[in-house]
Amino acid sequence: MSKFKKKRGKTTPAISTASLPDIIFILLFFFMVVTVMKTSELKVAVVVPEATELQKLEKKSLVSYLYIGKPLAKFQSIYGSAPRLQLNDKFATIDEIPLFLEQEKLKIQEQMQPLMTASLRADKEVTMGIITDIKTQLRKAGQLKVNYSARKRAGALK
Amino acid sequence: MPKRERKQPEINASSMADIAFLLLIFFLVTTTIDVDKGITVKLPPWSEEPPESLKLNTRNVYSVLVNASDELLVRGEPMMVRDLKENAKEFIANPKKRPDMSENPKKAIISLKNDRGTSYEAYLEVYNELKAAYSELWEVEADRRFGSKYENLDISQQKAIRADIPLVISEAEPTSFGEEG
Repeated sequence: MSKFKKKRGKTTPAISTASLPDIIFILLFFFMVVTVMKTSELKVAVVVPEATELQKLEKKSLVSYLYIGKPLAKFQSIYGSAPRLQLNDKFATIDEIPLFLEQEKLKIQEQMQPLMTASLRADKEVTMGIITDIKTQLRKAGQLKVNYSARKRAGALK
Repeated sequence: MPKRERKQPEINASSMADIAFLLLIFFLVTTTIDVDKGITVKLPPWSEEPPESLKLNTRNVYSVLVNASDELLVRGEPMMVRDLKENAKEFIANPKKRPDMSENPKKAIISLKNDRGTSYEAYLEVYNELKAAYSELWEVEADRRFGSKYENLDISQQKAIRADIPLVISEAEPTSFGEEG
């Protein structure tokens, strides 16, 4: 029975932490891959509307964002409180959209260019006037694939 | 000269975990895993000429008007947004073969018109409901034809369904009665 003799009085062996860095590294790589650095600082307040018929935007590199909303409080003294368009990091007029789209197109491979999507991240409070003008401009620029950014609606319609 | 035997000192790797931890925490904090979602639409190409006026049978046209106060007028009748989906579904499929609704889903056309003062939220809500009406019809059709969910069908099957119940939402130039802002 000596096989099962209890080894009493001995301290518990220390758990080896040699593989800890490996585990941490795996986690690190995971987060490094999924991280998307915030590309542009928002200067307009955007709360996207809610909807149910949502589609995911697959390739982030093929998406160009157009932000539409009221300027943030700190910019309102200069830009007023009427809804404005933001492209990249600055306020823009609607006439600047074609140039912006061209610049975005240059960033992606040529064969992928037809798949480019314009994502309209518009605040739910804005009126259709500015949205219509932007849509018209997008059509004129030949950017027909558009995504109205929205959140998932949980409850029923009011 | 005799070769001096030098022992390579071992690099202490115990701080590796700390460095990795620091990086990990940095990426944890900066990560935003919010997938971008939204309603994808395909805009019609721009043309300078006014679109040719098609002679459409009025029974095939489902006109939806949204005014500047976000109120709905559907085929001349006021309606709440929550009733829109069911109503549109009935119009498109027309199961009772009513003479004032679409002849068949292929011919049904949804005409959406809003005001420049309509709020974006209301517009998207209406658009969403109309799209939902179609996707529910596709779902029913997928179940009837292939006995499976629409999203599980392969692309050619989805195309076949979409060809029979095409999603046609035609958007008119908006009116400009309401106040913008």
